[in-house]
Formats: sequence, C-alpha cells, structure tokens
Amino acid sequence: MTVELGHIALIFALCLAVIQAIVPMIGSFSGHTNWMRVGHSMAAGQFVFVALSFACLTTAFIQDDFSVAYVANNSNTLLPLQFKISAVWGAHEGSLLLWALILSGWSTAVALCSGKLPLVLSARVLSVLGAISVSFALFLLLTSNPFERILPIPPVEGGDLNPLLQDFGLIVHPPMLYMGYVGFSVPFAFAIAALIGGQFDSAWARWSRPWINVAWVFLTIGISLGSWWAYYELGWGGWWFWDPVENASFMPWLAGTALMHSISATEKRGVFRSWTLLLAILTFSLSLLGTFLVRSGVLTSVHAFASDPERGIFILIFLSIVVGGSLLLFALRGPTMRSATSYSGWSRETMLLINNVFLVSSMAMILIGTLYPLLADVLDMGKISVGPPYFNFFFVPLMSGLMVCLGFAGFTRWKSTEGRFLLRKGLVPSIVSLIMALTLPMVMVEKLSWSTYSLTAVVILLLVFWVVTMSLEDLWLKSRGKLSSLSGLSGSYWGMLIAHIGLAVCALGVGLSTAYDVQKDLRMAPGDSTDLGGYQFQFIDVERVEGPNFIAYRGNVEVRSGDVFVVSLSPEKRSYKSGGQVMTEADIDGQLNRDLYVSLGEPLGDQAWAIRFQVKPFVRCIWLGGLLIGLGGLLAALDKRYRRRRLKKSVNVKSEGLAFE
Amino acid sequence: MNRLALFLPLALFAVLTIVLLLGLDKDPAELPSALVGEPFPAFTLPSLYDVNRSLDERNIAGEVVLVNVWATWCFACRIEHVMLNQLAEQGVKVIGLNYKDNREAAIDWLKERGDPYVFSIFDEQGRLGIDLGVYGAPETYLLDATGTIRHRRVGVVDDRIWDSEFRDLYAQLMADKR
Repeated sequence: MTVELGHIALIFALCLAVIQAIVPMIGSFSGHTNWMRVGHSMAAGQFVFVALSFACLTTAFIQDDFSVAYVANNSNTLLPLQFKISAVWGAHEGSLLLWALILSGWSTAVALCSGKLPLVLSARVLSVLGAISVSFALFLLLTSNPFERILPIPPVEGGDLNPLLQDFGLIVHPPMLYMGYVGFSVPFAFAIAALIGGQFDSAWARWSRPWINVAWVFLTIGISLGSWWAYYELGWGGWWFWDPVENASFMPWLAGTALMHSISATEKRGVFRSWTLLLAILTFSLSLLGTFLVRSGVLTSVHAFASDPERGIFILIFLSIVVGGSLLLFALRGPTMRSATSYSGWSRETMLLINNVFLVSSMAMILIGTLYPLLADVLDMGKISVGPPYFNFFFVPLMSGLMVCLGFAGFTRWKSTEGRFLLRKGLVPSIVSLIMALTLPMVMVEKLSWSTYSLTAVVILLLVFWVVTMSLEDLWLKSRGKLSSLSGLSGSYWGMLIAHIGLAVCALGVGLSTAYDVQKDLRMAPGDSTDLGGYQFQFIDVERVEGPNFIAYRGNVEVRSGDVFVVSLSPEKRSYKSGGQVMTEADIDGQLNRDLYVSLGEPLGDQAWAIRFQVKPFVRCIWLGGLLIGLGGLLAALDKRYRRRRLKKSVNVKSEGLAFE
Repeated sequence: MNRLALFLPLALFAVLTIVLLLGLDKDPAELPSALVGEPFPAFTLPSLYDVNRSLDERNIAGEVVLVNVWATWCFACRIEHVMLNQLAEQGVKVIGLNYKDNREAAIDWLKERGDPYVFSIFDEQGRLGIDLGVYGAPETYLLDATGTIRHRRVGVVDDRIWDSEFRDLYAQLMADKR
C-alpha cells in the first residue's frame, strides 16, 4: 500500500505543479492578485506531497519491499540501515525523486522568503519553478517510475547497492550536489521572470544574488565531498579523474562562479546585463545536462541514449524546451541597450570580465572534452577519445591565468583603476612570492639536487603565495593595520577574501601533492618493513574480519618516523556477500601537511601480500581549500545588506528603472 | 547587429541539440563496425610487462580471443574489470590493449585488480587504437581463430551484454575452430 500511496502522492504533486506553473503566470498578466498568490501555496503543497512520496519510497527500502523493482535492484536485507536509506538516491529513479524533492523545497523557500518581492515578480518566479517541477514529475512518472512493481512473483532477495556506494560519502554527497544543482533553478527562474517582465535593472540581480551564493556553496561542498570520497573510497589515492560524472558537476560550478562575479557588476554598476542573464540560464542548463547525462548513464557509456531511447528522447525534448525556450526568450527580449555606465582601464569591471573569460573558457573546454566522443562520431571526424591529458593541458594554464588576475581582486575599483596603482600594490607580494616559491622547494625534499628540485612546485607556490599575499595586503590596507577595524568590513568582503584564499589553499594541495607524491608497491611478508618519504612502514600481519554484509582481510601496518611511533594502519580487502564484488578499503592517516595512504593488494601466498604505500604531502589542503571556498560563499550570502536593501527596494521597485547606484 | 548577437546562444544550442539528436540514432555500440569481417589490423607494439618483448598481429591469431581496450584513466574499465576476471576464469582468452596509458600505473592496476589478460599490448601513442577506430575505452573485439574481427562492443561488457551479444557467437566460433 505504501508504495501506491507514494505513487499517488507524486501524481498529486504533479497536478499541483501544473497549477503552480499556469495560474500565477496568467495572473501576472491579467493583474489578478489572487491568481498570482496561488503559486505560493501550491509550492508548499507540492513540497508536502513530494516529501510524502519520498518518505514512501524510503519506507519501501527500510522494509525490504522487493516487489518494487527499484528496491530489488538497489538494496538487500543484509544492507545496514543507513545504506538502505541512502540507497534511495543510489540510482537513476530515486535520485530524480530526490531532485524533485529538493526542487519543491527550494520553491517553498522562495515562496516563504518572497514577502518583500513585488508580487508580479514572485508569481512569475514560482511559475517558472512550477514548470520545471512539471517536467521532472512527468519524467519520473512516464519514464523512470521508482514505484514500479515486479508482479506477480517478486524476488525473495534484492540485488545490492554497488559497494563503492556503501559509504558515508554517498549518504551526503549527492544531496549536497543536488542542493547546488537545483538551487541554480532559482536564479534561472529570476532571470526568466526578468526577461518576461522586460525589467533588467539591478533589482533582479540583487534579489537573486543570495540564492546564487547559497546554491553555489552547496555545489562547492558537494564537489569537495565527491573528490574526498573518490580519494578514500576508490582505494588508490586519486582525487580527481576528469571523469564525465565529475565534469558534469564541475561545469555548473564554473559557470556559477562566473555568474556570481558577473552579477556583482550587474548589480552595482548595471553592466554585463545580457551576459549575466545568459550565465544564469547557462548555469542551470548545465545543471540539468549534468543531472541527466550522469543519471541516465549517457556519459559513462555514451550509448545509453539508445539503450533506453524513450528516456533519451524525453531528455532531449525536455532540454530543448527549457534551454531552447529560455534562450529564445533571451534572444527576443534580452537587453540590447548599451550599459548606462562606462568603465575603463583596469577597472573592477574589466577584471571581472577577464575572470569570466577564464571561467567560461574552462567550462567550454570541459564541455567539449566531455561531449567530444559523441560530437566527433556524429560529424564523422573519426573516433578520438579524450582523457586527462587533454583536460590538464587546457585547464592548468587557464586556472593559472585566473589566479594571477585574482590577486588584484581586492585592489580594483569600480569604473576605473590606474594600471600603475595595481603594479605598485603588486610589487611587494610578487617579490615575496618569488622568494618563497624559489626557496621552499629546496626544503621540501630530503636530498636536494637538480632532479628533486620540482618546477611544478615552484610554479604552484608562486601562484599560491601571490594570491595569499595580495589578499593579505589588501586586508591590511582596508583595515589600516588596526584589528578594531576588521569587524567593520562587510560579510561580502570577508567572503571574497576567504574564498580566494581557499582557492589558493586548494591549488597548494593539488600542486604539492602532484609534485611530491611518492608511492611504492611491494610484496610484504609479515615482519617486513620499508622506507618511504621519511617514514618506516612495517607490515605486521593480516587477519580475517566479518562485517555486516562483507568478509574482509584486514592488514596491520605500523608506521614509525625515526624511533617515534606514528600510527597503526589497517587497510582492508572486502568481499561483499551478495554480489561477490571485491573492494579495496585503504587506510589513511591524515595530517595537514601529509597523508599516509596504505592499501592492501592481492595475497601472494605464504602470508605475503602486495601492499601499496603512498605518502602524499599536503593533499588534505585540496578539500580544506574547498571548504574555505564554500565558507567564503556562505559569508557573502549572509551579508547584512541583502536583508536591508531588499526591504528598501521593494517599496518602489517599479520606479527604479535605470537608476544605478 | 547587437540584436542579432543575442540569437547566437540559441543558434549554438540548436546545433548542439541536432548533434545530440543525431547521436541518438547513431549508437556506435550497435552500428556494425567497418572492421567487422575484416582482419585485425597489423601492428608492432611492445608488451605491457616487458618493454623489449615485441608483439604483432600473429600473436593474436590462431585462437578465438577477446581483445579488450582498457586504460587506468578509464572509469568504466574499473567496473568492467570484474567481468573480465570472471571470463578469464571460465577459460575465455582475453588480450588487453592498454591504450594511451602510463606503463607503471597500468601494471599497478593489474596487480591490484588481478590480471585477466593472456598478455597486454602497450599502445602508448594510441596507434593501434587509430587503426582499430577505437572510440574510447573500454571497447571489446571478438576475433575468430583466423584473426578476423567478428564482433565489436563499445562500452562496458557486463553479464547482460555478454549473454546477449557474445555468448552464442563465442560458442559458435569455438565450435567452428574444432
């Protein structure tokens, strides 16, 4: 019964979404305030029904209801409870339902927070969000129904959730990512509402800014978690693979980052208006593309389109309507007038433009690389595959350029900035960075020689110190060297500063762990020990342990540095009962400046095992940087001015017209 | 002019849509490869484990074999590897074509995950890949005892694919050989 209830709740949610999409939009043209208000309550009602539906599916998982095809395929009785719950969004159908749940959640949040918005605008925003909900609910019900039963003979036992996914990372990673993806539907809806209303002043930019920031924070955290998960769960110490799945989440992040920057110029100076609108559309389109490409499996094997043509066609039609429709609207109604203000030289506007060029080219480069196999095949240009070499070749220089410009972020002024002023400010930091970058690689290694002096490290340290010293110099100037004036700086400023330093920290992790990573694969008999990166690893033994749904061999490795005992590591080799899959569970001892990473390979007889030892300097900085970037975004979103200004503007939004501050 | 520029994103998207639409029909996994029915292309490449050991098409002929294109940078290969190990256990001869990869990383990979391959060809530059028209990794070719390509699968070979595309053909080729 529960399952049917969930199915019906989803159908109800669809009906409410249809009303939410149509009625407020008509009201906004005919001027019926009652009609316009309908969207708010529909959003809340829709959220209740989707939540109910989601709860029903979760119940089916908890109760091991294998008559439901989706449950039977992704769960079994042996699975621990928390993984039964996270298995709900472990595959295509369930993750789409999660998507729909989060979308209705965001819509409700917009409805609740829209009290200060002009009614016409909030009605249109909710209507656009409603329309997206309609398509998702339809997609779910027509092609990917998670409530489908296997009747008349349901299986006694389910398949299994991929062991890779039986992990804390999977419990939190996808919801975070989806909060980000779906969150970008809000600025998208604002942009569409602005296009429909033909009102492109700074008001829509200001209203959507906090939403963009929050969505972006979720996406940032989601991507960092994903990379962290890959690092410790895939068992061989990589943290980014340029895998299509990763690219799909990274593209909206890059576009969203560009959007965050360009919209600040739109809000403050009224420039880049069409560009910002376009970015808002683009970011959400990429989120959609990402969700579908990943979840329908189109990218992991480019051919899944055809394996389920019905789904593929639905996706394509849906994408064409949403993206094509909004781009058409953009083309017809987009602001063509020249910006009301001008800027020149090395103004903040120029720097933001350069930032956008870097970010959007990186995004385009990844999009091309990800879709290339398909493109090339369709155009009969031969079949060429694209791997990490392609991505690194383009991405590293683009990001380096971005970091060079990023150093100037705090110093630039709106309208115009003297180039000479920037050069003067950059003088000390560039000298400091150069000295640090040239000397630090000498002390990073045990024995210094031409072959151990790493040029990668020099370049990365140069960029990192450049960003950090420039940021700190700016902080020093802004606070005039007084601690007391630090509290006077705005949340947005702190946000920017922390996010930029976060990027530098992340780059530090990427660069140094690439340059100084050492690893060894050895045949180890009990008692054997080996030296690596200044540590002695001693292999004690291997024991058999039993987990809830797996049997594992657990190795014991003791690590010493000189005579000091550092840590005891226990990497595992797990064999899962239901599917028979074998998983390598690495054990990691993490510190800010290095990770010790040990994974168990194959048994080689006589109690000897193949073991991989890795020492990865500063690898943890990658995710620490990610967290800092997210924190920066959060601080910027919490800036007091959004709450104050929104109140003021709502009084006379109509009359604001082209007035810019 | 400025007005027209606003249509540019729409035009770009239209092109992308058309490509995706064409991509729907153009399923490379099911399109008969131009190479099906052709002999396996000639090559001379080193073995993965031993730089000095040179392999060529004669090493492949004489048996019914699967040639599997793989690489450590290929995410899907990780999933497929389990299946290949099973096939190898069942006695299917699988030959690896390590494609545009790093030798050490590839050897590590096989150590860690088990080596289902009779031997692996090390194709660092992707030359044989070009001759074969490799679309990406993983790809799997079924060759008969004369070294002729009989079937090609682009993408992961799992239980389902094996049952539907390979099993019967493989059994028939084995019978023909006898």
